[in-house]
Amino acid sequence: MKILVPVKRAIDYNVKVRVKSDNSGVDLTNAKMAINPFCEIAVEEAVRLKEQGIAEEVVVVSIGDKACQEQIRTALALGADRGIQVDTDQALDSLQVAKLLAKVVEEESPELVILGKQSIDSDNNQTGQMLAALTGRPQGTFASKVVVEDGKVQVTREIDGGLQTVALALPAIVTTDLRLNEPRYASLPNIMKAKRKPLDVKPAADFGVELTSHVKTLKVTPPPQRKGGIKVADVAELVDKLKNEAKVIS
Amino acid sequence: MSILVFAEHDNTELKPETAKVVHAASQMGDDIHILVAGENCAAVADSAATISGVSKVLVADNGVYKHQLAENIADLVVEMAEGYSHIVAAATTTGKNFMPRVAALLDVAQISDIIGVESDDTFVRPIYAGNAIATVQSADAVKVITVRAASFDAAASEGSAEVASVDVVKDADKSEFVSESLTESERPELTAAEVVISGGRGMQNGENFALLEGIADKLGAAIGASRAAVDAGFVPNDMQVGQTGKIVAPQLYIAVGISGAIQHLAGMKDSKIIVAINKDEEAPIFQVADYGLVGDLFDVLPELEKSL
Ligand SMILES: Cc1cc2nc3c(=O)[nH]c(=O)nc-3n(C[C@H](O)[C@H](O)[C@H](O)COP(=O)(O)OP(=O)(O)OC[C@H]3O[C@@H](n4cnc5c(N)ncnc54)[C@H](O)[C@@H]3O)c2cc1C
Ligand SMILES: Nc1ncnc2c1ncn2[C@@H]1O[C@H](COP(=O)(O)O)[C@@H](O)[C@H]1O
Repeated sequence: MKILVPVKRAIDYNVKVRVKSDNSGVDLTNAKMAINPFCEIAVEEAVRLKEQGIAEEVVVVSIGDKACQEQIRTALALGADRGIQVDTDQALDSLQVAKLLAKVVEEESPELVILGKQSIDSDNNQTGQMLAALTGRPQGTFASKVVVEDGKVQVTREIDGGLQTVALALPAIVTTDLRLNEPRYASLPNIMKAKRKPLDVKPAADFGVELTSHVKTLKVTPPPQRKGGIKVADVAELVDKLKNEAKVIS
Repeated sequence: MSILVFAEHDNTELKPETAKVVHAASQMGDDIHILVAGENCAAVADSAATISGVSKVLVADNGVYKHQLAENIADLVVEMAEGYSHIVAAATTTGKNFMPRVAALLDVAQISDIIGVESDDTFVRPIYAGNAIATVQSADAVKVITVRAASFDAAASEGSAEVASVDVVKDADKSEFVSESLTESERPELTAAEVVISGGRGMQNGENFALLEGIADKLGAAIGASRAAVDAGFVPNDMQVGQTGKIVAPQLYIAVGISGAIQHLAGMKDSKIIVAINKDEEAPIFQVADYGLVGDLFDVLPELEKSL
């Protein structure tokens, strides 16, 4: 089967962002960018399914400007077979991303689409579910285990109360949680090989999807800062402070 | 126009998130209806009816809704959407699962995980793991919103709404429930507890979490964990606090053997009082802690338990 993996270019998870002084957004100038961590897990899972002989081809797609080709190349170095860049420099909401992805799904007909559960910049956690709705496919979100057998995919999901397993008829949509796998590092030879793998560029405008967002960001501000606290010398002082100063225990 | 709030429950009990979501919804408009979708969930509907500010409880009681499968729940909500200006659910794993489907089927955006309501179309939400706060305005005809329950107080429970049943059965028949393994605990739920004590990689193994239990017993606390502790298999996934785990805002949060990565802070930095116990005095967790105790947790915890 064919697996499609949408990957997003996002700020590296170690970077602590700063809000711009005019409150128009966050300052990404010179910030280190990477594959969104959940997407990296999605690529790894797809590549493992290929290594197990369950998948024949892994296609990665990223929607964004030319810079996101870097993340597509990274995914190719991790073992994906070919890449598609849907070219746009517009800032898109998850709904528009999902609509573009639905078009790619229409063209590519993958039996499985594996996305990250969440972008660590927008923290939206929407695209996979929206894509599932738009394509009429079942969904297994927040996956910590994925098993493909007998024309179905069994997805074990991380839910608030513990774990839930669902069986989805293929074709289906899966979104990854952190414990699904530990992504490998790309080896140097694979990074070299990735440079020669096919990467198609398709203008977003060609997909006939309305790309204007209906949600406007009015302002972006820094979060309220906690004022620095104190160090206590020992347990006795801690308990005293909690009882008599903070009054949070009795 | 009315507001439809989706009830969070397990078929027997209404979860505390619902009253908090109702409180958030009451800042968007005033005619609030609650939808209870489940199986044999009459008791849930009865308690939903007591939430102040709710005028009607709609109950879709059918086997197809028992496990809250996203495909079925989304189709149900979409079918009922007409006449509502806002559709609102808690940003729990249930709400996060089906609500974006609802939004896509209605061809509108979803506004995820709001922590504030400025007006009926303007909402406040954290982005970048809480390192920035965005105020966003939606021009969509229907606002599909998930709410971070920890950021809102619960609505009172002095209401007596009418309960009506809804005869809509949606079975997409493309996904099925296989099994569930839920963590059993006598403790309060993480997201509702007044006190939370969490352990990190510094706990070294799962057995050592017993050191937290004695303290949790005395404080009536819930126990949480960092991602590192969950990944290492010390404790189950549902205990993870953070950007991608649970968001908590208790009166007292005690972080033990947790370094304080941004992703962990995202889940607990709105707690009223934060205590950090860590042997590394440079650990970033101390930057957000009201009270920091530098020390070895294996010495500190037994002593703390004794002195409570
Ligand atoms: C996409 C993404 C999402 C993430 N989401 C989350 C999330 O939701 N929640 C989360 O927690 N993390 C999350 N993380 C992981 C996060 O980046 C950190 O790796 C994690 O929080 C570290 O856990 P820790 O503090 O327990 O471990 P460490 O960083 O290893 O810290 C252990 C601490 O224990 C202290 N210690 C050790 N021994 C003792 C002792 N005997 N006594 C006292 N102190 C001791 C050490 O000094 C150290 O500070 C995420 C990461 C990514 C990439
Ligand atoms: N611009 C994009 N290009 C490709 N995939 C994306 C893009 N935005 C989001 N996704 C996918 O959708 C997932 C969830 O994103 P979100 O709904 O924005 O939190 C990501 O982990 C990606 O797999």
